[in-house]
Amino acid sequence: MDATLLERFDKDNIVVEKLDTLINWSRANSQWYFQFGLACCAIEMMATAAPRHDLERFGAMPRATPRQSDVMIVAGTVTLKMAERVKRLFEQMADPKYVISMGSCSNSGGPYWQYGYHVLKGVDLVVPVDVYVPGCPPRPEALLQGLLELQKKIKTETPLRKQA
Amino acid sequence: MTFDDIIKYVESKAAGKSSTIEGKEVILVSPDNWSEVSTLLKNESELDFDYLMCISSYDKGDNKTYGAAYNFYSLIKQHYLEVRVETEDGTAIPSVTSLWQTADWHEREAFDMMGIIFEGHPNLKRILLSEDWEGYPLRKDYKEPDYYHGMPVPKDKTYWD
Repeated sequence: MDATLLERFDKDNIVVEKLDTLINWSRANSQWYFQFGLACCAIEMMATAAPRHDLERFGAMPRATPRQSDVMIVAGTVTLKMAERVKRLFEQMADPKYVISMGSCSNSGGPYWQYGYHVLKGVDLVVPVDVYVPGCPPRPEALLQGLLELQKKIKTETPLRKQA
Repeated sequence: MTFDDIIKYVESKAAGKSSTIEGKEVILVSPDNWSEVSTLLKNESELDFDYLMCISSYDKGDNKTYGAAYNFYSLIKQHYLEVRVETEDGTAIPSVTSLWQTADWHEREAFDMMGIIFEGHPNLKRILLSEDWEGYPLRKDYKEPDYYHGMPVPKDKTYWD
């Protein structure tokens, strides 16, 4: 739990806090990610989810359908053929939804930057990206930090305020 | 069998249907003779090439000659052979799918990347790229598109900033 929220508990397990904080706290700590991989980064994502690094201790567990997912980890080379599928899958996710771009390919095209006639030069051209994780591929620790950065970002949101 | 023995054997069965390339252990077959020679390679018990390892396609660089290189191996006789079939001006190469099932996807890849037509292939369509892709990317004169379905495909990011 959020340390600041934890410290606010007085006796009788009562805390006075904004409802926003409660919603953000629950959202940030149950980031169910969409279970799909596009290339070698997916292997590192699997390693991150496996017991040694254990992504699930941060409340992130893989879901095999976009309907139940909160965060899409784009792990790997996004080819132009796949980019349309990625976009469609992102559109099928329920709000609130977030995107972590994992690895150089998905950040910018990576090694296909100059001569990749078939590779999208960054997944941010088709879906809005919240956190970029650099690396080729990133180590599991890097992806964990990416997820923690996303949690920080979620905790600054004000979901109850009326959207302009 | 060594390479020289294989050439002699093929020559004795199908005279004048194949030639060799100077300095390379490769036989060159024209598309017209390829169905006869391929049947020979598969069915003659002396040759017995039961394993098609790979089909690679290549571009000769004159914007009209494209080739397919077939690598054969015989698991029983334990000998290798490379055969090249070259085509000009979009002439079709006979498909060898009926002899080696492996050829199915390999020929589709050669079609997808190099635009070689394989006559008699059961399902000759693009295997890697999307079906509405224009051009054949491994050809030397290929120009990559600026946009694909509204997504930019540039070499250099500066010009779409």
